[in-house]
Amino acid sequence: MSRKGVSRRRFVTAGGAALVAGLAGCSQSSGSGASTDGKSSGETVKIGVLEDRSGTFALNGTPKWQASKLAIEEINADGGIDGAQIELFDPDPQSDNSRYKQLTRKMIQQRGVDALWAGYASSTREAIRPIVDRQDQLYFYTTQYEGGVCDKNVFAVGPTARQQLGSVLPYLREEYGPKIYTIAADYNFGQLSADWVKVLADENDAEVIGEEFISLDTSQFSSTINNIQEADPDFVMSMLVGKNHTAFYKQKASAGLDVPIGTSTAMAQGYEHRRLEPPAMENIYAGVNYMEEIPSESNTRDGGFVDRFYEMFPDAPYINEEAQTNYFSTYMYKKAVEQAGTFEQPEVKEALESGISLGPEHAPEAPEGGSIELDGATHHVDHHMWVMKADAEHNVEAVKDEKIPEKFLSETVGCDLTQEDEETQYTPRDYFEEAE
Amino acid sequence: MVNGLNLAFQYLQQFSVLVLAAVGLAIIFGIMGVINLAHGEFIMVGAYATVFGYHDLGLPLLASMGLAVVVTAAFGFVVERLLIKRTYGRLFDSMVVTLGLSLVLSQGMLVLRGTSEPSIPTPFGTITYGAFSQSLYKVALALVAVGVLAVVYWLFTQTAYGVRARATIQNEEMSRALGVTTERVYSQTFAIGSALAGLTGALLAPLVSVNPTMGGTYLVKSFVVVVVGGPSVVLGTGLSGGLLGAVDAGVTYFYDQTMGSIVLLVVTVFVIRFFQDGITGFVERARDRLAAEGA
Repeated sequence: MSRKGVSRRRFVTAGGAALVAGLAGCSQSSGSGASTDGKSSGETVKIGVLEDRSGTFALNGTPKWQASKLAIEEINADGGIDGAQIELFDPDPQSDNSRYKQLTRKMIQQRGVDALWAGYASSTREAIRPIVDRQDQLYFYTTQYEGGVCDKNVFAVGPTARQQLGSVLPYLREEYGPKIYTIAADYNFGQLSADWVKVLADENDAEVIGEEFISLDTSQFSSTINNIQEADPDFVMSMLVGKNHTAFYKQKASAGLDVPIGTSTAMAQGYEHRRLEPPAMENIYAGVNYMEEIPSESNTRDGGFVDRFYEMFPDAPYINEEAQTNYFSTYMYKKAVEQAGTFEQPEVKEALESGISLGPEHAPEAPEGGSIELDGATHHVDHHMWVMKADAEHNVEAVKDEKIPEKFLSETVGCDLTQEDEETQYTPRDYFEEAE
Repeated sequence: MVNGLNLAFQYLQQFSVLVLAAVGLAIIFGIMGVINLAHGEFIMVGAYATVFGYHDLGLPLLASMGLAVVVTAAFGFVVERLLIKRTYGRLFDSMVVTLGLSLVLSQGMLVLRGTSEPSIPTPFGTITYGAFSQSLYKVALALVAVGVLAVVYWLFTQTAYGVRARATIQNEEMSRALGVTTERVYSQTFAIGSALAGLTGALLAPLVSVNPTMGGTYLVKSFVVVVVGGPSVVLGTGLSGGLLGAVDAGVTYFYDQTMGSIVLLVVTVFVIRFFQDGITGFVERARDRLAAEGA
């Protein structure tokens, strides 16, 4: 009897609390709504940045977070976006996907952020994408990735596998020959990247003669090294990921494996050429849109991107590929807001979809060189891609560069987000027989 | 096609990593009954001390490895005095305490040294045969693993400390009554176990990427070896490292790494199911039975 009473009272209390929380939520969201359409000085624009500064991806996430801070500080010092100062929310998600989900909900529902940057791994993006889509949140994903995300709320502004591998694989085919051995991390990114290697091999008259997937916690590579030696390829394509896999480069050097290696992951993200003792990275070719060493004008000149970054973070070890993407995408967002004349997310998305470009005439926003364009239909970027080669002393030089548009979603899939709302990730297996 | 030399090198590497990772844990568990869930982090501390000696102090590699052993032994001694000694006889409490310690150590190292360490070159060069080549360091590693087992055997059978330690395992109260300071035996044993974890970290530092969370990789492996090995520290670790190393290397060679890890765990489950005290427990019981039949 009394138990029933308690439970009823509890129910009422809980209901009351929920009601209050609901009201608070409303008032908060209307508060952020008020801030979004105001442009007078003293107003703020709220930006959420979730990047890993601890846990598995801390090494890759920290420079991303730093670059976001740099862009925000520069924009604020320059008068903000349309007169509004940027207010930054940046808790550390600690490379933990459940924490990512929790913080994403908090950013959207409680903080009412006007734009969200979040996540390093593809698995993280896929973990939070349903939340982002349910709330129609404007979201920038800035890591280089396997490609194929056609989503009305997601702006995947890093280069895709087709862009990264599409710059380095043809170069190595030309230089060394047609036989390829693929080694890749065993999760969605690695599997899909390996499929892309097969598609690109077919397009470039090459052949994948061996393929190996390696779990993220593996750090002993002697059997892999023997397998490569046995297969005797002309070059290896490596999509290894994370700190355990770093040991591969070390071990292949100490085992005397000297086949050239093309990669979309090594050096540009985890700066292995700085961390490992030479000659571990000798003869490794990275297909990237950015590295600290690319000889672009806005990168190398005095007071350029590299100088400004280290002025703000003198102890930072490296400016990785994703750091640049966080940096220019913040400027891309600024430009879109100014074009839209409001912070309201549907209007800003529309402005982004009108095709925004950054480049020499708008320096300093695109340190990767030349000009880059956001493709409104696919929400991806036509990047300036580089092939960077490391020598025996780990000096890195550019051996090739070209502008590569995102072609999979635009040409193969026909994704057009300006015409139709979608929330799909397409894979090469859906479209290419070679990928199977 | 099977390449015998590749398989042999693969085996040497798995064997030495398993034995080295497990021997410190086996001593601490076998003698003190403490399950040290921070064992992987002790290995991590050893690897960091080696990197610190080599890069920050500019010591030669061998001296840096020596430094790592000294540092982890001292570290283990302090940890035992401050934390572990309060949990003796309470198995689950010791597990919770050491689990907490492992979290503090890995996160503390992240705060202290950042996300990654500069690498250490792998010594001893390369051996080439046909289309294949291997790092000679792996051979050295296997020799050291066997050497470590020999030294541990000598320590427990030929020294006064060894006699006191074995007396303490067999009957702690009786040993105390006979004048053995069991407290001191415990702190010495924990320091020795820690030093061996430090040595493991030092020896692995030139092979793997040194980072704050590397310990987790070795904890499971070393537990599996200790459980399969059973009560005898030296013989158990050696036999179980030999058996599991062969399983892991063989399956990895013919299939892949993931399958190697799966089969390793399946074999472990079978061994524990059918020989509940591990390999050496089985051997001991068989010997007792034979002795009983003879009598």
